[in-house]
Amino acid sequence: MERFATNVTLPSTVTIDWGSFTPASAAIGGVVIGIAVTILVLLNGRVAGISGIVGGLFRPAPGDIAWRLAFVAGLIVAPLLFVVAGEPPTVIVDADYPTLVIAGLIVGIATRYGGGCTSGHGVCGVSRLSPRSIVATLAFLASGFVTVFVIRHLIAA
Amino acid sequence: MKNGAYAASAFAAGLVFGSGLVISGMANPAKVLGFLDLAGAWDPSLALVMAGAVAVAAVAFALAGSRASTMLGAPLALPATRDIDRRLVLGSLAFGIGWGLVGFCPGPALVALGAGKLKAIAFVAAMLAGMLAFERVERARSAGTPGPAARPG
Repeated sequence: MERFATNVTLPSTVTIDWGSFTPASAAIGGVVIGIAVTILVLLNGRVAGISGIVGGLFRPAPGDIAWRLAFVAGLIVAPLLFVVAGEPPTVIVDADYPTLVIAGLIVGIATRYGGGCTSGHGVCGVSRLSPRSIVATLAFLASGFVTVFVIRHLIAA
Repeated sequence: MKNGAYAASAFAAGLVFGSGLVISGMANPAKVLGFLDLAGAWDPSLALVMAGAVAVAAVAFALAGSRASTMLGAPLALPATRDIDRRLVLGSLAFGIGWGLVGFCPGPALVALGAGKLKAIAFVAAMLAGMLAFERVERARSAGTPGPAARPG
């Protein structure tokens, strides 16, 4: 991995965890997410930004509620299909409850303040080449990297 | 009747989106944190999820862009905001902190809730409370100024 070493100050080398890396299922899952985005834009004329779809429920307008609830219901029902098929999804949450509540509050407020999350900015906005969404995506990736670095390598170390 | 059709297609979109999150492993916070942990044993999977999703979605938006309305007759309601402002940058930076704390962003949290994870219920409840609080503050702030600024999500 030495030849991938860069002059960036934080991690001087990146070690890929080949045992955890799942390129095929990641790419296939990504394509499936892209198909979902396609359905929502070509049929509903909407961007599949999940924080925006959920947050819009708190700004109710006539005729604008049912599709949002239906989309959220689809997200919640999806894992049940995998349970029924005998392939229950792996969901490992290491964080404790106080951290989950703090993180949930931050994500709720910040995604509305910043106008989107991983789906709205990261997938939809980036695929529309929106400069706004590209900036947002770089910003939340950067602070996500820093947050995990602080927790795992500064505090836990 | 149109609302019924819109709800049906939105449900299908949610179902497919959630399935994509499960298939890709992104409904699992441990895997998301494996991507965000650049200095540890790095799992690049999330980058491929985004690449796959963006490749397909880019075609969809290109197709949608040339239409005035959708196949169901819905108007195209795509975000038109162009400004890169303080809200966008600060909000996104703060979102990344919440994301990195536990490995949940809104979509995967809702999928994990559907999978019956109690911890996902706690996260989603707090997230909804945060969104509601945001909306209350926005409404109070815009009460004094004419024309509340609707921001596309």
